[in-house]
Amino acid sequence: MAETPVPVGARRRRSLPDNGYRALLGAVAVLVAALAVWFVVAIVTQAWPAFTTLGFSWIFGKVWNPSHGRYGLLPFILGTLEATAIGVVLAVPIGLGTALALAYLVPRRLRTALSTTVELLAAVPSVVYGLWGLVVLAPVFRDTVEPFLTSAFGWTSLFNGPNQGVGLLLAGVILFIMILPTMVAISRDVLAVVPNEQVEGAMALGATRWQVLRKVVVPGARTGLLGAFTLATGRALGETVAVALVIGNSPYIAHSIKSPAATIPSLIVNNFGESSGTELAVLFAAGLVLLVIGIAVNSVARWLVWSTAGSSAGAGAR
Amino acid sequence: MTAVLDSPADPSVERRRAVQEAARSSLRRRKLSSRIALGVCWAFLGIAIIPLIGVVVYVVAKGLPAWNLDFFTKSTTPEGIPGGGVWNAIAGTVVITTIAVVVTVPVGLLGGLFLAESDGRAAATLRFTADVMTGVPSITIGIFGYIAMVRNFGGASGIAGAFAIGFIMLPVILRAGETAFRGVPQSLNEAALALGARRATIARKVVVPTALPGVITGVLLAVARGMGETAPLLLTIGGNQYLQWNPTKQMEALPVLIYNNSSQPYADLVQVAWGAALLLVAAVLVLSIGSRLVAARLRKERR
Repeated sequence: MAETPVPVGARRRRSLPDNGYRALLGAVAVLVAALAVWFVVAIVTQAWPAFTTLGFSWIFGKVWNPSHGRYGLLPFILGTLEATAIGVVLAVPIGLGTALALAYLVPRRLRTALSTTVELLAAVPSVVYGLWGLVVLAPVFRDTVEPFLTSAFGWTSLFNGPNQGVGLLLAGVILFIMILPTMVAISRDVLAVVPNEQVEGAMALGATRWQVLRKVVVPGARTGLLGAFTLATGRALGETVAVALVIGNSPYIAHSIKSPAATIPSLIVNNFGESSGTELAVLFAAGLVLLVIGIAVNSVARWLVWSTAGSSAGAGAR
Repeated sequence: MTAVLDSPADPSVERRRAVQEAARSSLRRRKLSSRIALGVCWAFLGIAIIPLIGVVVYVVAKGLPAWNLDFFTKSTTPEGIPGGGVWNAIAGTVVITTIAVVVTVPVGLLGGLFLAESDGRAAATLRFTADVMTGVPSITIGIFGYIAMVRNFGGASGIAGAFAIGFIMLPVILRAGETAFRGVPQSLNEAALALGARRATIARKVVVPTALPGVITGVLLAVARGMGETAPLLLTIGGNQYLQWNPTKQMEALPVLIYNNSSQPYADLVQVAWGAALLLVAAVLVLSIGSRLVAARLRKERR
C-alpha cells in the first residue's frame, strides 16, 4: 500500500478531526494528480482524430497546406529545434560566464544589486521581450546585423537570402535574451555553494583564479548547472508569443539562418482561431509532439546528469 | 654552500635552474590565460546585462508617453480612432488573475502540506507530477484550457482563462508551499504534539504561521508568473474591446492586448502596446519586489 507514514501517536488517537485533516490533504493530492491525468487524456483524445484519419507519416511531411489536406509538421519541428538551438548556444557560454562573474569576480557590494536585478528580470513576461524584439531589434537586424553577417560569413551559405529582420536568427536571439536571467540566477546559486575549502585548497596549491573556476567550481556545480540549462532549454522550446512575434511565421523549411520560419507553438497560436475539424485535431497533435520533444530533451539532460555523476564523484566533488 | 651553488659544473644546480625557469614560465602562461578567461567572463557579463537593461529602458521610455488618464479609464478603440485606453484589459487581467489565485492558493497550499508531511510513494508521485507540470509548455496548457473549458462550457470566457492560468500557478505554489512547510523546525512540531495538539491544529497554529514568509513569497511569485502568461489566454478568453467584469463572458487581458497590438501596422496601437507593457512589467516587478520585502520583514520580526 502506498499509505503515507503517520506519526505513531497520531494514528493511535483515532480522533475524528485528525482523520478528517488527513483525508482532506489526501483528497487535495488526488485532485492535483487527477488534474494532471485529465490534461494528458484531454489532449490525447482530442488529437486522436489526426492520427486515425492521417496516420503518422504527416508528422515528418515537409508541406503544410491545410486547404489541400497537407499537414506536414517537419518545418515546424525543425523551426522549434533550430530557434531553440540558436538561443541555447548563445545562452550557455554567456550565461555561464555571467554567473561565474556574478558569483566570484564582481565586487561584493555590486554583487547583490546585480544578482537581484537579474532575478527580477527573470519575471518580465515573455510577450514584452517579443514586443521589444519586433519593434526595436528587428529593424537593427535588417539594416545592420544581417548585412554584416552576410558579408562576413556569406561563404558558408548559412546567411543567404534577403535581410528581413524577422526570422530564425532574431527568434533565437530573443530566446537567448529571454532565458538568460533564469539561467544566470540558477547557475549563480549553484556556483556560489561550491564548498569554500575546495576553492581555498586549490588556491593554496598555486592555481590561478581561472584554474580554480574551471577545475574546481564548475565541475563541483556540474549537476546544478545542467539542471539550469535543461530548464532554460525547456522554456525556449515551449515559448510561444515572443517567438511568434519575431520569427516571421513561414511554413517552409528554413534554408538560411535569416529565413523566416515557424515553430510548433507559433503554428498553434497563429492557426487556432480559423481551424476546425481535422486541422484543429492536427494542431492538438502538434501540441502533443511538442510535449514529446520536451520530454525527450529532458530525458537526455537527466541521462547527462546521471552519466556525469560518476566521473564527478571521482574528481572529489564532495 | 654558496661555492657549491655557484659552481656551473654541478648538474643538480642546472636542473634546479631549469625547474625554476619552467615554473616561472608556467606561472606566466597560467596567469595570462587566467587574465584572458576572466576578461571573457567580464565581457559576457556586459553582453548579458546590456540587452536586459535595454528592454527595461525601452519599455519605460516608450511606455510612459502612452500613459494618461484615458489610458487607464477608457477601453480600447479600433485602429484609426484616436484616444482609448486599456481599462478593459486591466479589468480582465485583474478578474482572471484573482479567480486563479483564489482557487489555486488553497489547493496548492494543502497539496504542499501533504507533500511536507508525508514521505511515501504517493508524495513522491505527486512531487514528480508537480515538477512535470511546471515544465509543460504554456501553449499546451492553453490547448487543455480550450478543450476542458471553452468547448464544454459555452465558448471563450474569463473563467476558461483563469482555469489555464491556475493550472500554470498550481505546481509553483505547491512546491513553494512544500519548501516553506518543510523549513518549519521539527522541534516546534514535536513540542505541539507533546502538548497533545491534533495534526490539524498544529498545521493551523504552528506550521502555517511559521512558514508564512515563504508561503507569501511563493504565492506572489506565482501570481507574477501567471499575470504575464499570454499563450494560454490567446486560446481561452476570446478578447473583448469593451469593458467586461463578468468572467463568464469573453474578456480582454493585458498580455493578449500587447501581443495583438504589437504586430499592427498602426503607430497608435503599437504605442498602446508599449504603455500596456510598462504597466505589466511594473505590476510584475512590484509583486516580485514586494514578495522579497514581505519575506524579509516577517523573518526579521520573528527573530
